[in-house]
Amino acid sequence: MASVSHVRRSAPRPKVSPRRSLSLLLGLLAASGCAHSTATSAMSTVAPNPDPRVGLRAGKFDAAEATWNLRVLSETRPSEKFLGITNSDLSFTGHYAIQGSYDGFQVWVSTNPGQPTLKTAFVCPASQSDVSVYRNLLFVSGEGLGGRLDCGTEGVQDTVSKERLRGIRIFDISDIANPKNVGNVQTCRGSHTHSLLVDPRDPENVYVYVSGSAPVRSPNELADCSRAMPDQDPNSALFRIEVIKVPLAHPEQAAIVSSPRIFNDLVAPPRHGGGPADLAEIAAAKARGEFIINMMGQEMVLPKGPADHLLDSLVKARNGTGAPTAADSATLREALPGIIAKLIGDRQPGGSGPKPGPTQCHDITLYPAIGLAGGACEGYGLLLDIRDPTHPARIDAVSDSNFSYWHSATFNNDGTKILFSDEWGGGGQPKCRASDPREWGADAIFTIADDRMHFQSYYKLPAPQTPQENCVAHNGSLIPIPGRDVMVQAWYQGGISVFDWTDAAHPKEIAFFDRGPIDSTRMVGGGSWSAYWYNGVIVSSEIARGLDIFELAPSGFISQNEIDAAKSVVFDQFNTQGQPRFVWPASFSLARAYVDQLARSNGLAAGRISAVRGSLNSAEKTSGAARRDALTQLATQLDGDARGAADAAKVRLLAGAVRDLAAASS
Amino acid sequence: MRPWHIRRLPAAMLAAAVAACSSASHGGLQTSPQPVGGGRSSSAAIAQARADSVRNPYTAADVYFMSGMISHHAQALLMAGWAPSHGASAAVQTLCARIVNGQKDEIATMQTWLADRRQPVPEARPTGMKMMMGGVEHTMLMPGMLTAGQLEQLDQARGTEFDRLFLTFMIQHHRGALSMVKDLFASNGAGQDEVVFKLASGINVDQETEIARMERMLIASLPASSTP
Repeated sequence: MASVSHVRRSAPRPKVSPRRSLSLLLGLLAASGCAHSTATSAMSTVAPNPDPRVGLRAGKFDAAEATWNLRVLSETRPSEKFLGITNSDLSFTGHYAIQGSYDGFQVWVSTNPGQPTLKTAFVCPASQSDVSVYRNLLFVSGEGLGGRLDCGTEGVQDTVSKERLRGIRIFDISDIANPKNVGNVQTCRGSHTHSLLVDPRDPENVYVYVSGSAPVRSPNELADCSRAMPDQDPNSALFRIEVIKVPLAHPEQAAIVSSPRIFNDLVAPPRHGGGPADLAEIAAAKARGEFIINMMGQEMVLPKGPADHLLDSLVKARNGTGAPTAADSATLREALPGIIAKLIGDRQPGGSGPKPGPTQCHDITLYPAIGLAGGACEGYGLLLDIRDPTHPARIDAVSDSNFSYWHSATFNNDGTKILFSDEWGGGGQPKCRASDPREWGADAIFTIADDRMHFQSYYKLPAPQTPQENCVAHNGSLIPIPGRDVMVQAWYQGGISVFDWTDAAHPKEIAFFDRGPIDSTRMVGGGSWSAYWYNGVIVSSEIARGLDIFELAPSGFISQNEIDAAKSVVFDQFNTQGQPRFVWPASFSLARAYVDQLARSNGLAAGRISAVRGSLNSAEKTSGAARRDALTQLATQLDGDARGAADAAKVRLLAGAVRDLAAASS
Repeated sequence: MRPWHIRRLPAAMLAAAVAACSSASHGGLQTSPQPVGGGRSSSAAIAQARADSVRNPYTAADVYFMSGMISHHAQALLMAGWAPSHGASAAVQTLCARIVNGQKDEIATMQTWLADRRQPVPEARPTGMKMMMGGVEHTMLMPGMLTAGQLEQLDQARGTEFDRLFLTFMIQHHRGALSMVKDLFASNGAGQDEVVFKLASGINVDQETEIARMERMLIASLPASSTP
């Protein structure tokens, strides 16, 4: 696999001895030819400079590539029927990767990630064909106007038609080579995305949260679909999501059971009123004694013009002249909330005024293990309580003036942080050019405390892309590195970026893959739609080029032990937006991963680190009771170490991992 | 020349007029073809566009939407481009910078789409789309677009007054775009093309979101004067 970063490293430089060139060349060969290579240069924690993603040669299937701390295992072109059709999201079951496409879905067998093979190419057009699996059921989103109930490819020409499918298709994939359509649930706005909720307390059903962002269809096509504002029609299809209940024994009876209005009264929302610049501006204005108004829960500075005007009115009202006095200012300060309330009151829905928040979500990530969901909904990021699956309740909302369109959410494994992405430009535009602001089309990272989201930082793909590459934050998933928050994310033609957001205020890229543009002369849509970690590998759905599979390469940022521990987390099925909690089985890799992290952060004295490594090595060579006793003793020592360690919490994690390993050794 | 809103035309007449425009028959409704600025059409792209259109044929309504939205967006660029020189507040300048960045890219997408399908590519004219009607040249304003008088009014405003007028006019402008999307999806066979559907749906959600944001900003600037 050609790797530009390697090629650059081996490029001739002045004053390099032939011997050094030779060793570089050998290093290059080793790195590209040997899957287990751990070339010392790869242990660097310095990003390659210049960034090898800049200036990559264009090409659909022969573009130049740049990789850093990743290995490409395979690049597989779309199957014949799907060539030239937009590939979309991914879902996983067993050894199968299910790849959505605007023309249906493809099922890949990834038993050998170096050579995935096609199992099924199922033609059934519908954009975007967002996919999820649960046991033997496959759910597929349909939103576009050309989707047909019969999976035909001829589209639907009439604006009103009984043949159109906009909503959720349900397939039985017990025989995955022959998916069987067992049910369809039609919705008013179709399904742009959906998320699967497995309620731990309800083994009989699964729930599908449907987000539809396309226009509401005619009531003549689907009864009761209303596009009126809610104050004119309480049954409006706007300002709501749909919850579908799927009885597992009878998927054909799947139906909408509730249409929660999670946006209602979104008038007290953004506690985080904007980006750092907005907050700083308000703080500065307060310090200057300017008038602050509270607009639908969001603080704003009353501009000087209106403020002066109101003050002058007060002077006139008391038949005074000249400059307003401090008493006038005080009067205005007191009267402002009333003035604003009157203004907002005059501009409620039905009038020409602001609508009460977003009309829909783009995507919702459900994390049932902690009872929370993150809703990315137009101009807001929502935190939802989902403990009652059919009645999700909003518990917090944030907005951000740097965000154009809240697109998706990812929790960290502890549920103490949430990351939202902004799909500025809708995914079809080049928003990673050097001239595009770094805060736009980025991820925003929040900590969660006391049911409130607190803004920490932005993360955007660090490498500028060309105007020929559609690029913006898109779909990603956590990588189960224990004790850290590491994520892989797709950036369309910006490629894929792996970053660490353990320190929420300072996210940092630690690996990447990128290709040159599809076409050097014009913007042709393509790139990675989603990049997800699944059972040890990173699978990327490439819109135009097919399916790419990668593995993490050890580096100064991630050790082999951490990778091995990540690989120890294995799922039977995986839907990224139905986020599962990672639980690491006891293993020497897990313990060593924590030791590596303590070494990296100087969280434990160097002498103790090497002693602990030695103890682990010795214990691994024994078995049974001897191993158990050695590990138990080590765990007790670590309990003591924790008291004086710089990173006591991590040492306690390590002690717990060693104790679990001891328990597993008997 | 008196601008007129094509929205007032009966739908059937509109469809007929737009259908005529693709055959460029003299005396019909005709956009003035211009060299494509944003995108070039390679033969491969044209071939791909043809392949796409066999599967999902585009209609006159799609062509009309993509053509009309070019001048609609062009006017937004003109309006937003005034923010720095007209003393707009920091918040309005940020909004304008995003409008300029976003809509410029979308114009390129629409021009490329039209060119790939060998359709006339309208010039990005902020004052409306030029077309021939019965042998006379008309300038057509798409829904929500500002009249020449409104544009002048905005151009003369400064500071807080510019903010207030800009937000008022841009909300009107965005609502017009939403009505264009609604008209598009209300036309038989329209919006089946992937690019058109994605762009129109995107405009729908983006501008709806932006309207809500602008309305919040507008309220903050209202107390100085009467409701517009």
